[in-house]
Amino acid sequence: MKVLRDLFRDYRFCFSFGVLVIILILALLSFFAPYDPTLWNVVPKDTKPSAEHILGTDSNGQDIFWQATFAVRNSLIISLIAAMVSRVVAILVGMIAGYKGGSTDRVLMFVSDSLLIIPLFLTMVMLAMLLRQHMNLVILGLMLSAFGWPWDARLIRSLILSLREREFTETAVLSGTGTVKLVLKEYLPFAMPLIFSTLINNMSWAIGLEMTLAILGLVNINIPTLGTMLNWALFYQSILLQRWWWILTPVVLALFLFIALYWLSVSISEYLDPRTRIQRVGTQ
Amino acid sequence: MTFMKRYLIPRLIQYVLVIWLGITVVFLIPRLTPNDPIMRMIGEMRGRGSTLEPGTMDDIIEDLTEMYGLGGSWLDQYWAFWGRLFHGDFGVSFFQFPTRVNQLIATAMPWTLGLLLTTTAITWTFGNIIGGLAGYYSRKGWSRTLDAVAMVIRPLPYYIFAFALLLLFASSLVFQWFPLTGGASMGALPTFTWAYIKDVLWHSALPALSLSILGGAVVFQTMKLLVQNVNAESFVQYAKLGGVTESRIVGKYVIRNALLPQITGLALSFGQIFSGALITEIVFSYPGLGMLLYRAIINGDYNLIMGITIFSIVGISTAILVVDLTYPLIDPRVRYY
Amino acid sequence: MNESILQTEQLKAFYVLDVYGTPKVVKAVNEVDLEIKENEVYGIAGESGCGKTTLLKALVGAIEPPLRLVGGRVLYHMVGDEVDIFSLDEEEKRRLRWEYVSYVPQGSMSVLNPVIKLKETYRDFIESHASKDMRADAFQIARNHIAELGLPLKILDAYPHQLSGGMRQRVTIALATLLHPRIIIADEPTTALDVVVQRGVVQLLKDIQRRLENTIVVVTHDMGVQANIADRIGIMYAGKIVEESTTERIFGNPHHPYTQYLINSLPRFGDKTTRKSVPGSPPSLVNLPSGCPFHPRCPYEMDICTEQVPSLVNRDLNHKVACWLAGEGEYGKAS
Repeated sequence: MKVLRDLFRDYRFCFSFGVLVIILILALLSFFAPYDPTLWNVVPKDTKPSAEHILGTDSNGQDIFWQATFAVRNSLIISLIAAMVSRVVAILVGMIAGYKGGSTDRVLMFVSDSLLIIPLFLTMVMLAMLLRQHMNLVILGLMLSAFGWPWDARLIRSLILSLREREFTETAVLSGTGTVKLVLKEYLPFAMPLIFSTLINNMSWAIGLEMTLAILGLVNINIPTLGTMLNWALFYQSILLQRWWWILTPVVLALFLFIALYWLSVSISEYLDPRTRIQRVGTQ
Repeated sequence: MTFMKRYLIPRLIQYVLVIWLGITVVFLIPRLTPNDPIMRMIGEMRGRGSTLEPGTMDDIIEDLTEMYGLGGSWLDQYWAFWGRLFHGDFGVSFFQFPTRVNQLIATAMPWTLGLLLTTTAITWTFGNIIGGLAGYYSRKGWSRTLDAVAMVIRPLPYYIFAFALLLLFASSLVFQWFPLTGGASMGALPTFTWAYIKDVLWHSALPALSLSILGGAVVFQTMKLLVQNVNAESFVQYAKLGGVTESRIVGKYVIRNALLPQITGLALSFGQIFSGALITEIVFSYPGLGMLLYRAIINGDYNLIMGITIFSIVGISTAILVVDLTYPLIDPRVRYY
Repeated sequence: MNESILQTEQLKAFYVLDVYGTPKVVKAVNEVDLEIKENEVYGIAGESGCGKTTLLKALVGAIEPPLRLVGGRVLYHMVGDEVDIFSLDEEEKRRLRWEYVSYVPQGSMSVLNPVIKLKETYRDFIESHASKDMRADAFQIARNHIAELGLPLKILDAYPHQLSGGMRQRVTIALATLLHPRIIIADEPTTALDVVVQRGVVQLLKDIQRRLENTIVVVTHDMGVQANIADRIGIMYAGKIVEESTTERIFGNPHHPYTQYLINSLPRFGDKTTRKSVPGSPPSLVNLPSGCPFHPRCPYEMDICTEQVPSLVNRDLNHKVACWLAGEGEYGKAS
């Protein structure tokens, strides 16, 4: 496809595409893992990387490589749930507020702004502390999604506001298009690039937040995620004991994942933004 | 007068409402969950090995219930809660019994405040100046390199970045230039001597660095983009055609106009910056509100967590309000509605 | 005969774009020869997309990527000296701007810094060019100038968004004449204004020209305005000047088929027949037709027109045309 070819010209897209493919492979590998990630002492503890255990083993007696595959998979699942649910909320709120205007708009924006102002971290801490026992992937994802929508709702709302002033809106309304159909059929295509790039950003944010909560011990630490791996590594003092293979695995994976997701969203949104498309200067 | 009516009053109402909403949420959350904090406390007390006679347990439960304001219906509790708040009473810390939450917050706050103010000042000034110049000279090599660097740094969450710095500069992995933990060396007395100040600076170097670089990357990138957009505006092109000196154009026409949306952006990101500071403190065991929060989490000290949260909500909302109210002073277009 | 003050020689300025690997070249200004004289009003007329704005940018030396100067020169005749504007460095160019040649932009654009008062803008322009003593009373100079042109003094204390479009346009004209430049270039000065304000703007420009005895270059597609204000007119099409003469001759006796269409499409008093406009649409400046760029729409198209580009030659006394027809001595009104 020509689109893909054009995207590959951007080194950022190439990098992120490559990294994400590797990460996806890792996540899929988890279905073939020889060890059950929730058990302890399946292999000898604290061994350095070797041919048998590519990334070594941890203090729980788990193979770090296979543990990482589960961690990657679960982190991705959590962030996907969080990002998608919050997309839906953001789209609904943004479109309704943008199109209806008036007091509906004011109320919705008030709620959205309040969520932005309230220090997110603290509220998450409180919620997590209380839900700790019942936590699983889905609940964590939903928790994150509850706070991921305000910023993007505002972005979508601005877009709708400017689209509303355009001529085609007037034409559509005058020709009797219903509100829902108008918003869905006419506006949604404009919003797709925005929705897509915010989806990716949201995923990145969700993973980051999940890791932070995990390190503080606020999630169910028996489910392997990038965050809980880090938590366990810290718990067993792997820095002091210089067990670098353990602590660096989730950190390095996370670093690559964050950068890849960010570069993906930036390169795609730049590709789709008509202003930056014709920015390049030709040489003679 | 219209300014007051159409801008100031609604904004103040919003201020009060948001704070009220936030505090109510803080009030509701523990009461909505299935856990009963008092029973949990009793459980923990028992778990630590104290034996209780059946009679005294009822007394204890009653006392605790009253002290933590958990008696009566929710509405009664709500009234009492607000009553205490207006007296500045955040209650007693669960685990650092009998220290009052106010006191704990008061001790930790200066550390956090110091860290926040200095790093925000640094990131704001440097980020905007460098970002502005990079945006204006966006074709030059240095501008592109800086942008690429910012692209790598920006998506990293506070914890990971702080942690990476810790590994690099404070652990034995690469360099060991800075201390691993604390705000000042153990046992040092807070006095205004140079020795103490130097000690504090040395300890806060890494946390400050961590916050500054991450925050700076964001400010840099947004400012650069804003300046690039402003640069393409008609009035800048016009001033260039008019032969206005470049220094004037960069300062008065480009940066001055690019700063306006940047200021509103700053206000909206106060919450984020604050959260980031807390997280960074935890990584470095810096004795500010972050560490306080961490200990509260570990010990299940619900009162303390509530206190910090309420305090943060009020603090951040006020900061945003101040920025919002000063904005019309800078942007004349907003003044005349 | 007036001396020439601004001249272009075979000027070529193209936009070179790289749209994902495919280079696209927009030939906006394609071999333009102009000679603009002192103490005259020269009009440049043409449809949108014919390259007028690019020509203006080239005239003031404001060429920045992706626009590139591909060939030719832009010469300023200043006190006996011939200066190629592209041979000047940035500082020299900056000083030339506004003191020697100033610019009046289209009224619909917001060309004034929105966060400072008008008097500050005036001060910026004055102080960037003036000598020490002029700087001291920059505000006073601004005030005097505004009063001279008959504009109300209190606008200096206003912000741009508080003024109407027409007033903003007059302010920018006042700005353009501040330092008594020898050349004023006006880019569509009357577009997006209502007719009453248009008249005021045209009148203002004429007064200024008469008083300063300088040159005004007016670029507009509005032939009515051209008729009103221009002494000589150059018709631009697809990046080239295709006809140039005095206003009377352009309107009374247009040689080039395109000009004929333009003139004939104007409404006249007492003539109620249907107006005809040029058939087809302007060519893409990326894919220009071979030979004469107008031949696909020309009713007199001949074989030679598709093969060779006609150059701008003197047909009659001071009446230049770029058309193979003129070469054969046949010209008539388009029916």
